[in-house]
Amino acid sequence: MKGAAILSYLLRRLAILMVSILIAAMVLFLLLRLLPGDPANALVSVGADPEQIEAARKQVGSDLPLSEQFVGFVSSLLRFDLGNSFISQAPVLPEIGKRLAVTVPLTLMAFLLAVVIAVPLGIIAAVKSDRWYGSVISVISQLGIAVPVFWIGILLVTVFAVNLRIFPSGGFPSRGWQRPEAAFESLALPISTIAIVMSASLIRYVRSATQDVLGSDYLRTARALGASFSEALIRHGIRNGSVPVISILGIELASTLLGAVVVERVFSLPGLGSMLLLGIEQRDYPNVQGVLFVSTLLVLLVGFAADLAQRLIDPRLRDRTVGTDR
Amino acid sequence: MTGLTTHAGAILKISRRNARTMTAAALLFGALAAGSVQAQDFDADATINIGSLYEPQNLDNTAGAGQGINEAFNSNVYEALFQLNDDGTVKPVLAKDYTVSDDGLTYTFTLQPGVAFHSGDPLTAKDVKFSIERVTSAESKSSRKNSLKSIAAIETPDDATVVIKLSARSISLPYNLSYVWIVNDTATDLTATEDGTGPYQLEDWRRGSSLALARFDSYWGTKPSSADVVFQYFTEATALNNALLTGSVDIITSVQSPDSLAQFKDNPDFTVSEGQSTTKLLLAYNDRVAPFDNIKVRKALARAVDDQKLLNAVWGDYGTSIGSMVPPTDPWYIDLTKTDAYDPESAKALLAEAGYPDGFTFTIDTPNYDPHPIAAQFLQTELAKVGVTVNINVITANEWYSKIYKAHDFQATLQEHVNHRDIVFYGNPDFYWGYNNPKVVDLIQQAEASANTDEQTEKLKEANRIIAEDAASNWIYLYPQIVVSAKSVTGYPLNGLNSQFFVSGIKKAD
Repeated sequence: MKGAAILSYLLRRLAILMVSILIAAMVLFLLLRLLPGDPANALVSVGADPEQIEAARKQVGSDLPLSEQFVGFVSSLLRFDLGNSFISQAPVLPEIGKRLAVTVPLTLMAFLLAVVIAVPLGIIAAVKSDRWYGSVISVISQLGIAVPVFWIGILLVTVFAVNLRIFPSGGFPSRGWQRPEAAFESLALPISTIAIVMSASLIRYVRSATQDVLGSDYLRTARALGASFSEALIRHGIRNGSVPVISILGIELASTLLGAVVVERVFSLPGLGSMLLLGIEQRDYPNVQGVLFVSTLLVLLVGFAADLAQRLIDPRLRDRTVGTDR
Repeated sequence: MTGLTTHAGAILKISRRNARTMTAAALLFGALAAGSVQAQDFDADATINIGSLYEPQNLDNTAGAGQGINEAFNSNVYEALFQLNDDGTVKPVLAKDYTVSDDGLTYTFTLQPGVAFHSGDPLTAKDVKFSIERVTSAESKSSRKNSLKSIAAIETPDDATVVIKLSARSISLPYNLSYVWIVNDTATDLTATEDGTGPYQLEDWRRGSSLALARFDSYWGTKPSSADVVFQYFTEATALNNALLTGSVDIITSVQSPDSLAQFKDNPDFTVSEGQSTTKLLLAYNDRVAPFDNIKVRKALARAVDDQKLLNAVWGDYGTSIGSMVPPTDPWYIDLTKTDAYDPESAKALLAEAGYPDGFTFTIDTPNYDPHPIAAQFLQTELAKVGVTVNINVITANEWYSKIYKAHDFQATLQEHVNHRDIVFYGNPDFYWGYNNPKVVDLIQQAEASANTDEQTEKLKEANRIIAEDAASNWIYLYPQIVVSAKSVTGYPLNGLNSQFFVSGIKKAD
């Protein structure tokens, strides 16, 4: 890529990133306020009198007209100020940081595990599709896609926590990563849950990408030039086959980050997902907006990284500045 | 034998390290089981892990922290002048003594000497004044703010004396002061930190996960039994149950999923105890609107519902039938379950008398969490049998406050009421359910102005009888308070009054 092209490409991506975030924030602002209820309600309990409720509404600003709330929201957004939680009164950004320390390792480790499982199995399923184990892999991966993630979580807990007592059934150590062993132990089952579900669909992508490669002209040509089957597959096949797989990986990683909500709930993990769910329940707008902000940013960054990776691998994409935007 | 099974979890942990140790441990525990079963052999350095579904939203009970903060902090981290005991009585704690003037308008409290805050500052009268004013201030979100509004002035003649002047007699003042945490008057940011006088101090709070307490070494009273207490918070009852099954928590403070009890009840490793809660499930009508402004209609609906059947369906053998808002742990409890007891035939007759021979249709607003949706469906079926059609409208807890509590925009609603001594709500005609009987309003006011607790109890018993006779609401049942623990853990409170959970006496066998 030439320098100017890179710069223009990066700027374009950055602009798309910013606009996406702004649109997401505004949609969220409106959606949250369309929900019946009031953030002040989470602060009062039965027995509170009307004056107390009004005081609580004043404190969180839900007594203001929507237009004024929106102006306040946009102006703090422009100052990159995510504010304080209405309910806990804790600053949103540091709290998100603490939650990311659970969600990001969970997602990344699950993702890596899924890749390690899925890539060899997917290739075997394609290359050995005529053997019994090739078919078994295909059938199992099909099954894995059909099973809901929380069910796998419950199954793993029943077997490995309740019956075998190898791993804890849920929760996160109170000292967090200060005790890495305990932290890893408590993430073992959640990671496996996500990895199983994710690798089920990944296997199918890898399998079909490999099948495309197997039927391609360049592989036949390479073999005609004297390369053995495995040489040809490794030298030409993997590189070509990985281009579509990488774009799928990007999408998978992003959706796992968001899909962690369910797994965090099943395992009672203090991650981004549980912060989001509680925030929605309590109409804690600053928390919900903050989580959405950061996760949108992460998803867009992942997409950006996948895009770049594809360009590095596929020379045909390198000089294109528009590329596949997602 | 019980000794062996009790320690199965401990043995398992050891077995991962060393098989020989395991055999030794098994022998040791075997010997223990054969020998004494004395409970005094407890581990003073133990960490007690308490599993709960009620994570506090912040650490300040005047800032909307929710019921979870009472569970974790009342009498554990913060103490008050008085304490509401597990048996419903009130005892002085930070107030060593108090006197009341003859007109009942001046209370003079002498403070317990030698009390220090966790920060090291000594407790003084100024702290008490500051603490009470925190609850009565304009920003306070305490649900008890109202019950302290008769306080006209707080004086601090010296460091050990607090004088409270009232504008009207308030027999419940000591009781109401049990809700007022005494905090250091120099403390700041109490939503995320603490400075109390309790036997434990806050060590670490990880939002969404856990709250760790450590023994406070300069505590003025009886030293707490265990070194550390960690509240671990779960969002799912199943995950919480699994945590107890696998030994990552020692106690569940309040079991809310009756289905799960079987796995603990039939297991010798666990203790299941049932105490008294103050949580009542009720169908509250909007008594302001037709047809619920008609006492006959309310009485008919009370007779049409077989409360016991629902209680059995939801809780099995646990829980208690109630005939009014007052649970057995309130001093003015009387058994009113015979008033408008289940009798569908007389319900039909009453409906006809009230002018609804063919029944009517109404909507129940139902919170979306258990057991409300199931209970609503049950009511729908029961009332259909007397010709009344029920529509169910499921709403969130948050929406409930806007639509029902604040706007009174409803016909009837299912709701669990957790507060202790909350019959007083029937003396407030502006309360969400709009029950307005001048006799009850008077009785509840007079009760508060009583010269002694006997008089108060008589007045509230009378009010209790009237609301039951008026079928002011349809009281379905009283929740059981079920605590499940590992067999090795003892000394926890059994009743769930005001959601409190005193941890100071909890012991873990060595």
